[in-house]
Order: sequence, then C-alpha cells, then structure tokens
Amino acid sequence: MASTTTPSRGSAASAPAGAAGAGRPLAAVRVPASSLRSELRAVKIVWRRELIRFTKDRLRIITSLVQPFLFLFVLGTGLSRLAGAGTHGVNLRTFVYPGVLCMSVMFIAIFSAASIVWDREFGFLREMMVAPVRRSSLVIGKCLGGATVAGFEGVILIVLSPLVGVPYVPILILEIFCLQLLVAFAITAFGVMAAARVKQMQSFMALTQMLIMPMYFLSGALFPVSGLPQWLTLLNRIDPLTYAVDPMRRAVFAHLHISAAARRVLDPGVTWWGWHLPGLLEAGVVAALGAVMLAIAIFEFSRIE
Amino acid sequence: MSRTAASASNGAALGVAPGAAPSDQATIVVRDLAKRYGDVEAVRGINFDVQAGEIFGFLGPNGAGKSTTISMLCTLVRPTGGYARVAGHDVASERDAVRRNIGLVFQDTTLDGYLSAEQNLRLHAELYGVPREVVAPRMQQVLEMVGLWERRKSEVNTFSGGMKRRLEIARGLMHSPRVLFLDEPTVGLDPQTRSSIWTYIRELKVAEDITIFLTTHYMDEAEHCDRIAIIDKGLIVVLDTPEALKAAIGHDRIQIHTDDDDAAIAALRERFDITAQIAEGAVTFGVPAGEQFVPRLFAELGVPISSVSVSRPSLDDVFMSHTGSTIRDAEADGTDQLRTMARAFGRR
Repeated sequence: MASTTTPSRGSAASAPAGAAGAGRPLAAVRVPASSLRSELRAVKIVWRRELIRFTKDRLRIITSLVQPFLFLFVLGTGLSRLAGAGTHGVNLRTFVYPGVLCMSVMFIAIFSAASIVWDREFGFLREMMVAPVRRSSLVIGKCLGGATVAGFEGVILIVLSPLVGVPYVPILILEIFCLQLLVAFAITAFGVMAAARVKQMQSFMALTQMLIMPMYFLSGALFPVSGLPQWLTLLNRIDPLTYAVDPMRRAVFAHLHISAAARRVLDPGVTWWGWHLPGLLEAGVVAALGAVMLAIAIFEFSRIE
Repeated sequence: MSRTAASASNGAALGVAPGAAPSDQATIVVRDLAKRYGDVEAVRGINFDVQAGEIFGFLGPNGAGKSTTISMLCTLVRPTGGYARVAGHDVASERDAVRRNIGLVFQDTTLDGYLSAEQNLRLHAELYGVPREVVAPRMQQVLEMVGLWERRKSEVNTFSGGMKRRLEIARGLMHSPRVLFLDEPTVGLDPQTRSSIWTYIRELKVAEDITIFLTTHYMDEAEHCDRIAIIDKGLIVVLDTPEALKAAIGHDRIQIHTDDDDAAIAALRERFDITAQIAEGAVTFGVPAGEQFVPRLFAELGVPISSVSVSRPSLDDVFMSHTGSTIRDAEADGTDQLRTMARAFGRR
C-alpha cells in the first residue's frame, strides 16, 4: 500500500483530538488523485454497503424465502396431483425448480435496485453522486451488490434442492450457481437502469412488477416450451428469462434418470426456427443483455448532474 | 488564520473582497458567474473572492440564488456564464479535483440512516480515497470534534436532527477538504441546537485551518461570519464584514404604528425630509440618533402614533437599506420566484 499520507498512525491516534486549543492533532489527510485503485475502492464500498444493508434486514431475508416455498412446495405439490400423467413420473417440483429459483433471484435483485430510488428520496444518493469517482464505479458496485445479495438467496435454494428431487452433484451446483448469478446481475442492471429514470418508489415497483410477472410466466418456468401455440412461442422466445431458465433446467435434467419420452416432453430445449440453442449461447444471451443494460445504466447515471 | 483585511473600503458594490490578495491566491475565486434556467436568471453575474481561513457567509432570502451559487461552486450545477475556481481548480472543467478538495453539507440529510455513524464515515472515506491507514484515526478525530464518538456504533436513524447535522459536518471533514460548504447548516433545527452547531463551526475553523463557505437566511447567524455577501434576486448587492456593514448604515431604525400609514409617510417626507417604507406592517425609516428624534416625531408628525420602536442597526437594516425590503418580505417574493423556477424546470 503505497502511502501518500503525512501523519503516522501512532501520532494521530495518541493526539487529543477535538480540543480546539490543543494545536493540530492530525495533519490534513492527503487524498491521492483518482486512479484505478481509487475506483476499485469505490466499487467495493458500494458493493459492501449493499451487503451490510441486506444483513441488517433480517426480515427481508426471511420474507423473500416465502414466495419460492409457496411455488415449490404448495403449488408444486398441489399441481402434481393433476399433472401426474403429463410429467411421465417426474416430480413437478423438480420441473419447476429452475424457474422458481430464477424468479426468487429476480425479485431480490429488483429490490436491491429499488434501493436506489429510496436513496434518492432520502438524499443518500447525492452523497455518492458528488464523490470524486466515476459514475460507472458506482453503478458497477451497485449491480455487483445486488447480484451478490440475490445470489445468496439462490444459494439457500440450491442447498434445499434435494428436497425437490434435484441431486447434489458438484458440477450441477456450479452450473446452477453461475446461471443464477448471471440472472441476478442482469436483473439488477435492468433495475438500476430503470431507477435512473423512475424517481418514485410506487412507480418503480409498479413498473418492475408489470415487467417481471410476464417475464416469469412467459419464460417457461412453469411449462415446457415446445408445442406451444404460435403466439406463445413467439413471446416465449422474446422473453430474456427463457434463456436463463432453459439451460438451468437442462443442467438439472442431465442429472436425472428418466425415460427418453419424459425428457423429450419436459426438457425440449429452446429452438430458433427449429435450431436448438446450445446452453452456453443461451447463457451468453443473458450475459449480453445484462451488459447492455449495465452500459445504459452507466450512461444514464453519468448524465445526471 | 489570516483574517484578511476586510476593513473599511466601501467599493463593495463590485463584490470583490476589499483589499483582497491577487485573485489567484484566494481559495475561492468567482468572476461573472451566472446560471440561467430557461427564462429565469437565478444568478446574474456575481464576483467575489474568499481568502483562505475565512468564514464567508452568503446571506439572502430563499430564491435569491444562494443555493444555485453554492451548487455551482460545488460542481453540482454547471454555470451558464463566467467561471469559478475553488482551491485552485475550475468548477466546470476540473470537477473531480474540486470535489476532492471540498466538503459538503447539504440542507437535507444525505446520510444512510440504516448504517451506523461509523459506517457512514467509512463509506465516505472509501469514496473519497482517504488512505486506509488514516481512516480510523481521522474518524475518531472528526467524531470527537462534533461530540459523537460515543455514538459511533449507533444506527443513524436513531439520531436527532442536530446530531445528524453534526455527523454530516464530521463526514464532510473526513477527507480534510480545504473548503467546507455548508448550505443552510442550521435550517430546521431548534435554537439551542443551532447555537451548538455554530460552536462546532467556530472550533472547526481553529482546529482544521479550513475555509468555510455557508449560506443562511438567518440574519443573526450571519453575524458569526468574517465577511458576508448579501445576495438578492441573483446579484450581490453588498459585501463586507458584518461590523462594517452595520457601521455603514449610520443610523438607527425607527418603526411606528399609526392609524393612517400613508399620511404618516407623506408627513415624514414633508416635515422631516425622510423617506419611509412599510416593512413588517409598520412605517419604517432610519435616522441618526433615534432617541432624540422620537420626541420631535410625536410633536410634529401630525398623525396619531399608537406605538414606536427604536433599534440599533442590525443586519436586517443592512439588508433593507440595500434591497429596499426586509428579508422576511423578500422571502414572500422569493417564493413566487421559486415557483417560476419550478415551472422552468418542469418544461425541460
């Protein structure tokens, strides 16, 4: 750590600060000119703040788990009584697991991004905006923070995966983990992008709910994506979340021992005009979208005075 | 503390510090600075210098251009005319350099209420690139300075308004800025807290060798400043030390309540050759030696007087003699102006 400071720690700590008459206890701090390192420090502290805020908010950690549990265990168990024949003996909970995981990660990520709107209302955003660092550092820190927090939620669901018939296999866990982190990052970037424009919490929540619920329902989180009516197929292929849910489901199904017929029906894979997209390309689609939204978010925040 | 020669010289209309050092040595240099929002000219070309170690006050009613000026100096708002240099850097072209050298305390709190006092300061230190090894001692120093060291672990949401303001001052000092900008530092606080904030500001000046630039619309607070600039309708109308400004008035202020104010004003003009105005609902005028004048007034005015008050010149009178209205009356006008500005904003 190349130090640019004048005072040494010892002299500073021992000096009686505060007493106005006692001379100058600590000489002025020298703030070095901005550099890559100072930008990285900014990224890191914005990221850390996100984590501190999240860990302080225990209620949020718990409540955010309610929804995935409802979908997985209540809906999954209930509907499996109806869908027994259609799933070829595969547990419906296993089938919806990737979608539910993506959904809960999305919600957490959006909440993280929403805190920008709060920060603006409570004035804290200003403290960050006037700091002598690039806006891109702030936005990147925020997106990484949101992704980490949402990713933590994903990890809880990964830990619970055996309960819904998804086996513990290291490579599978790694695949799921990376994919959900990608979703978390992309969605936070989307939220931050929206938060640059939308100044009111109510509007922000309304807007994001309006986009997220359709994204979730259209993505094939709750149904196989082949043999759908034309209009639904079209909407499904436009939905970015499709490209996160599908590779995750493929990864899960690759580790299940099921009949070929079941695999064909439940895990048909996403096609573009009959061509099967490789999982890596699908992940690439999500990553690219995330990157584009991040770039827009940075642009938007750099314009704000 | 070089309390600069801000003595008599009454060429203050220009707004340049009397007897100022060559401008490139001043900590803040402002030349023809202007800001226009659509059709509204919030600041209409102002000039002044602030020397190192001064407490410099910007005094004026709401909507006079105080906040716009401070925002330009802090690089938050881009000037539309003229230029300003703070700590040797241009506020338009060297924004980051200016920001590293200034501390900001805004009117509204900009703390993260869910973090502790310490976490707020640490966050600031990281954003401003304060070298890691000085963060802890510096944090202790600034927290002790504002009397919040014992509360460093507490969540900021549990703080009172005055504590939050003190914490913001401490935070603004974390990176040892050369200039501390305080935008209405005491607005919304009770009188006791206000005076304690002023104690901190004065101690700070001694302990930190810092230049302080603040805005206020409280006349009594402007007395704490080494020099003040009175701004009205986007222009600096006068700039000097509070003492010099009051001395320049040279007369006492008399306010009378009468049954017929118009007749009283007319009578004052005819019989005493005095120009009076209605201010705060009373006929108001200035005379040298007010006490001796009152008996003559009763004897010769010819309009029944129901009450009279005589006061020594205050900054209120300074304000009035330069702008033609009291700051409270000007506030009422200022609100209209703000509304116009809001409309101009809305159109963008």
